[in-house]
Amino acid sequence: MADWKTPDNAKYTENDEWIIVDGDTAKVGLTDYAQDQLSDIVFVDMQVEVGDTVSAGDSFATVESVKAASDVYAPASGEVVAVNSALDDTPETINGDPFGAGWMIEIKLSDAGELDGLLDAAAYAKHCAEREG
Amino acid sequence: MTYIPHTDADRKAMLEAIGVDSLDDLFDAVPADLRFPELDLPPGLSEMETAWELNGLASANVAANDFALFLGAGAYNHFIPSVVNHILLRGEFYTAYTPYQPELSQGTLQAIFEYQSMMCALTGMDVANASHYDGATSLAEAVIVANAHFRGKRSKIILSPGVNPQYRAVVRTYHQGNDLKFVGDKGSATVPDLVDMLDDDTAMLVVSYPNFFGQIDDLTGLAKSVHDAGALLCMVVDPIALGLFKSPGELGADIVVGEGQPLGIPLSFGGPYLGFFATREKFVRKIAGRIVGETVDADGRRAYVMTLRPREQDIRREKATSNICTNQGLMALAACVYMSVMGKHGLRRAAELCYHKAHYAAQQIDALEGYSVDMSQPFFKEFVVACPEPVAAINDVLLEHWGIIGGYDLSKDYPARENQMLLAVTEMNTKDEIDTLVEALRSAPDDIANHAHHHHHHS
Amino acid sequence: MTDELIVNKNGAPPPLEPLIYDLGAPGRTGAILPKPDVPEADLPADLLRDDLDLPEVSEMDVVRHFLRLSQFNYAIDKGFYPLGSCTMKYNPKLNEDMARLPGFALAHPLQDPSTVQGALALMYQLQEWLAAISGLEAVSLQPAAGAQGEFAGILMIRAYHLANGEAHRTKIIVPDSAHGTNPATTAMTGLEVVEIPSDDNGDVDLDKLREVCGEDVAGMMITVPNTLGVFERHIQDIVDIIHGCGGLMYMDGANMNAMLGIAKPGDLGFDVMHYNLHKTFSTPHGGGGPGSGPVAAGDKLLPFLPGPIVTIVDEGDEGEPPLYGLTMPEQSIGALKAFWGNFGMLIRAFTYISVNGADGLRAVTDHAVLNANYIRSKLQGTYPMPFERICGHEFVCEGHFKDAEGIHALDISKRLMDYGFHPPTNYFPLIVPEALLIEPTETETKEACDAFVEAMLAIAKEAKESPDVLHEAPHVTPVKRVDDVRAAKDLILCCRVIPDWDAEAAE
Repeated sequence: MADWKTPDNAKYTENDEWIIVDGDTAKVGLTDYAQDQLSDIVFVDMQVEVGDTVSAGDSFATVESVKAASDVYAPASGEVVAVNSALDDTPETINGDPFGAGWMIEIKLSDAGELDGLLDAAAYAKHCAEREG
Repeated sequence: MTYIPHTDADRKAMLEAIGVDSLDDLFDAVPADLRFPELDLPPGLSEMETAWELNGLASANVAANDFALFLGAGAYNHFIPSVVNHILLRGEFYTAYTPYQPELSQGTLQAIFEYQSMMCALTGMDVANASHYDGATSLAEAVIVANAHFRGKRSKIILSPGVNPQYRAVVRTYHQGNDLKFVGDKGSATVPDLVDMLDDDTAMLVVSYPNFFGQIDDLTGLAKSVHDAGALLCMVVDPIALGLFKSPGELGADIVVGEGQPLGIPLSFGGPYLGFFATREKFVRKIAGRIVGETVDADGRRAYVMTLRPREQDIRREKATSNICTNQGLMALAACVYMSVMGKHGLRRAAELCYHKAHYAAQQIDALEGYSVDMSQPFFKEFVVACPEPVAAINDVLLEHWGIIGGYDLSKDYPARENQMLLAVTEMNTKDEIDTLVEALRSAPDDIANHAHHHHHHS
Repeated sequence: MTDELIVNKNGAPPPLEPLIYDLGAPGRTGAILPKPDVPEADLPADLLRDDLDLPEVSEMDVVRHFLRLSQFNYAIDKGFYPLGSCTMKYNPKLNEDMARLPGFALAHPLQDPSTVQGALALMYQLQEWLAAISGLEAVSLQPAAGAQGEFAGILMIRAYHLANGEAHRTKIIVPDSAHGTNPATTAMTGLEVVEIPSDDNGDVDLDKLREVCGEDVAGMMITVPNTLGVFERHIQDIVDIIHGCGGLMYMDGANMNAMLGIAKPGDLGFDVMHYNLHKTFSTPHGGGGPGSGPVAAGDKLLPFLPGPIVTIVDEGDEGEPPLYGLTMPEQSIGALKAFWGNFGMLIRAFTYISVNGADGLRAVTDHAVLNANYIRSKLQGTYPMPFERICGHEFVCEGHFKDAEGIHALDISKRLMDYGFHPPTNYFPLIVPEALLIEPTETETKEACDAFVEAMLAIAKEAKESPDVLHEAPHVTPVKRVDDVRAAKDLILCCRVIPDWDAEAAE
């Protein structure tokens, strides 16, 4: 069984998104477990632009591999301030560096309290282990 | 038993290995009171008895091998080179499954890739899929793409009344469960009238090229108007016409659909046919149907594989672009073989033959007393004849006395077009047949008057 | 000729076969067409295209090319094809001859019905036979494939509830083991998919079913036997629960090869079902199609069938055959495609049923189920299986082993190719990990089944002793394992350069 990275500075959703806060903005992406399930990612269909507002639970992108396509949901609400356009040419960055260069969008949080309802690293790691068992 | 090879010894050994006493024991899970019902079917026949029966049924049809056919309206008697059928009869092609395992399916996969390429070349579009069920369902799928493209924010589809009536009906059937509005096709709107209907709620405008009446509408500027309104342009096309006329790509279409039956597929009383679908690269992830792409294998050898699979039902399930699974694969192969053996020169020649013969027929018929043909627009292989008598009555006489299957009664779909017949003339109609048709039409009014009643029923 | 076309960059092996566009020569043509026998009309020069980028090859080029391509395919005519849920049975050659009879092949669908009574009689008879086999009342032969049959069935259920003033019934219940077309179809009709889990025995979880069943349920879609290859033990309970809350039952008939003469869907309580003629009734798969997916309905839903369907419009006098015509059912959901159905496939299914008759069809199911259980019993103990039950015409096992880490169903499948077999269905149904769904069909001999078992057992051994042989498989197929990631990234979907019309228009 693979050991998936679950950095402590991130919060997680049950849908395998991560969110890392930096001041009043936060970056969002897919976890190591998610990219492993998808295997080689070939396309990222970004469905939001800078300036759009997302609510927690809204789908903002679809990520495609050869054997699956997954919708990606915003873990928290806010205004989109940046979109990782590098993923247009090199979507596989999500596989290689899911928490770093593979970030997907950056949002200006409208309600930081929403993060309290998310999983911490330990709870998320348990969630992954349960699904593999 | 037919096609079942088991001997008594086989059955005995197998039942023993499984650990049951009899075949019936294998069905214990089925509710006992409902198990093993009688099937109300006749006893099985031998191969020759079956063949006699089928031959009898086939002979009970009037068909284009015995009669001159001038009926089109969405299905045509075109030339099918003998090569096509011989390739389709190769068991390696027709008894193969969908090429999900590419290592065992390079024949099918490369043939589909070639078909896709030829459809792109013919239509002037970037990408084509491996087929839909027919032209009508291809159009229904194009509407799905338009709806998805605007993420449901535009709800209007403008349909030209010149689009095949069956296609428009199928589109409405397909979309009865959503909120799209279909407008434009209830009257006799021209292309400029349709352009006037464009607004910011329009997702797509659909025209037919040629239209259902065989005419080539003036489509200059149409794409610009549609795109200025932010909408998509879909063209329903005849593939033989594209042997002569400018491609829809050149005219600015976003999606091209149509019926591929003219490309080497027999009439076969309505099916199986071939829905082709081609579009611009930017829409490729939204379209339905299988698509074959080029790649390499583990040794670096060129190979083909079904790609963009996450659009499909087995992966995306309720989020799939469509539910299509089985398509018309072997018919796509037929079209590929047809376009290969006809080629650049043959397809053009077939189209020219259709053009010249249809024009000859139209002129001869227009000169007949009581008949007129509207030749005010360019037309290809079909034209409308205004007749002095109801079309059904004329067709009766043509069939009974002249061995001719006449054209389509337009009043069935366009109530204002009483006594108007849609006549098709292809490369398969000889000058003699056309001249006989003209004679038959000339004398039809008298023949009808001389008949007290009709033999045939008309529904 | 082939020497010039060998692409030997970086030592990669040459393509199996050139593209048809790379064969031939400028000016070459294949088909022989006549000169016009009528005066030539003026062509409208400003409407004509300048280019027509199609191949320029001779007829023999075409024959050799497609013949060579055919050799790279596996097919039923070559060998065992145990694809679960596909029913890859022998495609009788008689079917092919009958479909090509000129009286059928050259009949135009819009001819006056009085001129095509043979074709209509065939369709009418097939409608009756399919109704009899299903235990339902009426059949439409129009749907072109199983997915279209499903689409019809769910649209019919929706239309029924709307006609009864029950527009609030918007949910369709689908087991998590269902074929992907089931939820995809439901989504296309605008209804909502409610997925319910199976229990450990592979049956629908009745408690979960009762929980979701309510006034907003339009119906349920279920496959019998289910996609795991087993007959639901509580099929009557399932039907009762759904009917009890006012919903209707749809049966996906993909697995009818296990049901012929065993049970009738109508007797089990189903309101509507579809058939896959290209599975159960031997019409060939054609490399992806065409198929045919007739839909059968009980009395509640028959007014809603897609149409037109074939009916008797005049019973005729004694001794005279009846007159057949095409009629739209009263409250039809509409036409699903142009014309009347994939008639060529209907001829083939009609021929097949004629040859088999009632006893023959029962024997089909008996032997399909016999073959499947035989192989299952031989693989039990070596391949993990989710249940140890008598199966239907197919069964599922898992393509992994406790003591062979890193071996997946995919590797086993690719290695089977080296043994000369097409692999079973992979990764379906989704609820079984590393699923291998095996369906031999009734037309395979005991020897063929034994040979397949031998290969599977040998591969199980290799998985533990020499796993790399599996990982690198296939070794002896025309191409090795294909790079589908690169295909999805490079997206080369056409081998021709299509003019950039926007740029040209701007000039």
